[in-house]
Amino acid sequence: MDVVSQLQRQFLDFTTSLYREGFLDDQFVQLQKLQDESNPEFVIEVVSLFFEDSEKLLNNLSTALQQHIVDYKQVDALVHQFKGSSSSIGAQRVKNVCVSFRNYCEEKNVEGCFRCLQQVKHEYHLVKSRLDALFKLEQQILAAGGSVPMIA
Amino acid sequence: MAIATESEFHVLAVDDSIIDRKLIERLLKTSSYQVTTVDSGSKALQFLGFHEDEESNQNQPSVSPMIHREVQVNLIITDYCMPGMTGYDLLKKIKESSSLRNIPVVIMSSENVPSRINRCLEEGAEEFFLKPVRLSDVNKLKPHMVKAKAKDHQEPAKQGPEGSETPEVQSVQPQQTPAQSSNKRKAIEEGISQERTRPRYSGLTVI
Repeated sequence: MDVVSQLQRQFLDFTTSLYREGFLDDQFVQLQKLQDESNPEFVIEVVSLFFEDSEKLLNNLSTALQQHIVDYKQVDALVHQFKGSSSSIGAQRVKNVCVSFRNYCEEKNVEGCFRCLQQVKHEYHLVKSRLDALFKLEQQILAAGGSVPMIA
Repeated sequence: MAIATESEFHVLAVDDSIIDRKLIERLLKTSSYQVTTVDSGSKALQFLGFHEDEESNQNQPSVSPMIHREVQVNLIITDYCMPGMTGYDLLKKIKESSSLRNIPVVIMSSENVPSRINRCLEEGAEEFFLKPVRLSDVNKLKPHMVKAKAKDHQEPAKQGPEGSETPEVQSVQPQQTPAQSSNKRKAIEEGISQERTRPRYSGLTVI
């Protein structure tokens, strides 16, 4: 197999695993459908916005939960934001933790909230490293003169 | 009358999330609409040239100023949950405004709350989309814009000094014609069923 085919095979296998392991859901497919020759960087742009936004959200969440008296409304508002943005890019596992997180907010359960914060940080870093790897593979394929296989 | 093409339609999208603004902008541009995005209801009203002293109340004795909208907006699509002015608040303000009330408004929300959906539809929203919004949702926008444009061509300008309403205008909002009701029922059904029938990702087809 030549270099391009190898890379394309790698890309497909990797992508398959991301969906199979629930890191990404159908919304990520929808994002890719919105990318075309006139907007070739759309997915990377949206995902980059998501990364930037998420770092801020995670910092704010940490701060909010460290307050002497936790403002659960504020925590909930932040988690709601995170749930929305992760859902919008198809980061399924992050979104699912946010759902549990909001339940703990409603119960004003500080331990539950702390656990969820750790969990959501963990899931966020997992999906971020995987998406970074995915984009890197794409760049490698393009640099080798190939085209990135589309998954429908 | 010339047939309206998509490029003649200008959509104002309102969302406090930068990710969702980027998404909705792409969805709308893919459908060949002109797009303006703002991050709050108050900025939306600013853009629309909304003035607080603008009253739909006919008893207002003073002459209200002629509101000249620099830019034509054919549809407003707004997120529901926003800090400060919610999408519902924005919807209300638009429907209460004599110069803005004929602009179709669509609400988006990440939460499937039937009472919320009903409230928005009753207040005059044309559609209620569950997030994440898809192309299939955006494809539903055109009929509303075409209808509103046709209505604009039929009626005399409402932005007269007295601010008085023609009977024709008054009968449009917020009464529901049977056709409108069924559209809205459909939106509710879709809204509720979307959660259950959202296809889960399975299998791959390589193009």
